[in-house]
Amino acid sequence: MTPFIQVQGAAIPMPMDDVNTDQIIPSKYLKDLDADLAEGFLAFQRKKPDGGVNANFVLERPQFKSAPILVVGTNFGCGSSREHAVWAMQAFGIRCVIGHQLAEFFIENCLKNGVLPIELETNQHHLLMQKVVQADGYLPVCIDLLNCEIRGPGDLLHHFEIDTQQRRMLLEGLDEISMSLKKLHAIERWEDVNQAQLRSSFHK
Amino acid sequence: MGTTLFEKIWNAHFVEFREDGRELLYIDRHIVHDLHAPHAFKELSKQQRHVRRKDLTLVVQDHTVSTRENGEAISGNMRVTQEVCAENQVSFVDHRSPEHGISHIIAVEQGLALPGKTLACPDSHASTVGALGCLAFGCGTTELVHILATQTMALVKPKQMRINLTGQLQLGVSAKDLSLHLIRKLGVTAGRGYAVEYAGPVVRDMELEGRMTLCNMTIEWGGRTCLIAPDAQTLSWYQKQSKEISHEILQFLVEKSKELYSDLDAKFDAEITLDCTDVQPHITWGTDPSQAVGVHEPIALSHDLSPEQHTRHLQALHYMGLQPGQSLRGTPVQRVFIGSCTNARLSDLREAARVVRGRTVAKNVVAFVVPGSAKIKAQAEAEGLDQIFLKSGFEWHFSGCSMCAGANGEVGAPGERCVSTSNRNFENRQGRGVRTHLASPATAAACAIAGHIVDAATLIKGEEYP
Repeated sequence: MTPFIQVQGAAIPMPMDDVNTDQIIPSKYLKDLDADLAEGFLAFQRKKPDGGVNANFVLERPQFKSAPILVVGTNFGCGSSREHAVWAMQAFGIRCVIGHQLAEFFIENCLKNGVLPIELETNQHHLLMQKVVQADGYLPVCIDLLNCEIRGPGDLLHHFEIDTQQRRMLLEGLDEISMSLKKLHAIERWEDVNQAQLRSSFHK
Repeated sequence: MGTTLFEKIWNAHFVEFREDGRELLYIDRHIVHDLHAPHAFKELSKQQRHVRRKDLTLVVQDHTVSTRENGEAISGNMRVTQEVCAENQVSFVDHRSPEHGISHIIAVEQGLALPGKTLACPDSHASTVGALGCLAFGCGTTELVHILATQTMALVKPKQMRINLTGQLQLGVSAKDLSLHLIRKLGVTAGRGYAVEYAGPVVRDMELEGRMTLCNMTIEWGGRTCLIAPDAQTLSWYQKQSKEISHEILQFLVEKSKELYSDLDAKFDAEITLDCTDVQPHITWGTDPSQAVGVHEPIALSHDLSPEQHTRHLQALHYMGLQPGQSLRGTPVQRVFIGSCTNARLSDLREAARVVRGRTVAKNVVAFVVPGSAKIKAQAEAEGLDQIFLKSGFEWHFSGCSMCAGANGEVGAPGERCVSTSNRNFENRQGRGVRTHLASPATAAACAIAGHIVDAATLIKGEEYP
């Protein structure tokens, strides 16, 4: 997994609540294994039904074309657990999502892909959103995971909370499976003790 | 202090703490589907790892399967799913095999989900099997690779909530109506961070398949997973499935179910009591499952709402082509979908058939039934339900997820209004610009006949038949 230490660049303001993963990556991009996920990211918001570009939508504006930070409302990433939502965001270039609350499956999927999910308190979130809207992508924001700080836009400074272990996983880009397999002996022991019970669950 | 049902199952499957403080939980059964299998198995081989317990892994094709008789034979996902299953020598259910069906439906049909056991599936509706007292977790693709490699999930233990459903459901009010009512009352994030236990007289009186619908919809109000304590009904349900479920398993169930309940003094982090006596048949009007009303109720007026709700309310109404304060009854519909892991079990098809019998689907309505599994399809055909649907003008399909998520290409046309027995009414989910109304099988069936939104009870009484 790519480590996340610090990311700097434009922050995309998307003050919408309850954006679900069907919106983030429509299902038509899921059934084609070679689909362009960057193109699929919020595709129905970015493209009109006739295929033309919706130039007013924030992601289509030039200053946000390679922005690494996305600032969203409440409950972003709700609905389906599809990890393609995070892959699509990543393919677009986003490395950090900041919201008031993010959906649980979505947070898990971010952490497993080296994308930093940040949840802020209502007031902090409100202020940041306001400043990011005003900056309109012309003032950079820096996300510093070493110091747990959001610096910018302008002289704005926010501290954010993140679980110590999640922070370490992201900073070091750790492989979770290797970490779990350090406990292989315990898994095997569990299987030995519960083998009879397990066998009874086979139907064939 | 006593322990909850959730804790009993969790503790019995706890392997060890990982160095990052997460708990490794053993997964007794693991069902993978075609939306995630290609990526997950490829990632596994890229990491030069192997499937740790092939005997506990089953792969199904459900999301991208065409459910039409002469539909597109094999999607890219299906083809690669088949290939990776052969390479990894794991059991695979072909889309036209007699054991085929939607993951969460065949999990219970084939005795893979059992009381007191754990199950994982890369899908947010995994907790459907909580209805049997089986602790299930949905997951993403990377987590799926982790399960394939370790047969465990590394989880942060969720908090616990109990929902006491009191009173008694009125005749004609289904588990789906109750779910929509509950989500409307609690909101779409109320269950966030919680493992939920449904309890109380309404749950006790509810048939097993209704309980599955209730559990299926838990993620729609944010719940991580859910459980219902197994009881005599659970056992008799398994007994009825006896062909697929061995005597040993039934014995195991009888023993196990004696231990599977929350102790009287067990402590929950949150408890909610909801009286269900006045619940009416519900239908959604908006673009998330909490935006629902009773079929006879008008949509709320926007000025009664908070400023934030106000904006969402107006956006949803705009997308749905509706007005604040209007009633949904009489609104023309163009499509009706009866299917999905929420409402495509035999009891759902019977409920819809009761409404449809002897009536004809309205002109300009495309209506179709997609049974949840090949077994349900066969059972329904043995009872003659397929003939009732076909004679009335419904299409009768093979099993699969179909128009619930539209990942197989079965979607509606822009602007179409679709009454659907599935679980999500998100914008564009059932096709770009499609306006989805979630409802019970009875309501959906009634709307197909009337050609507009209608209460099944009044349709049956002949009061609203066009």
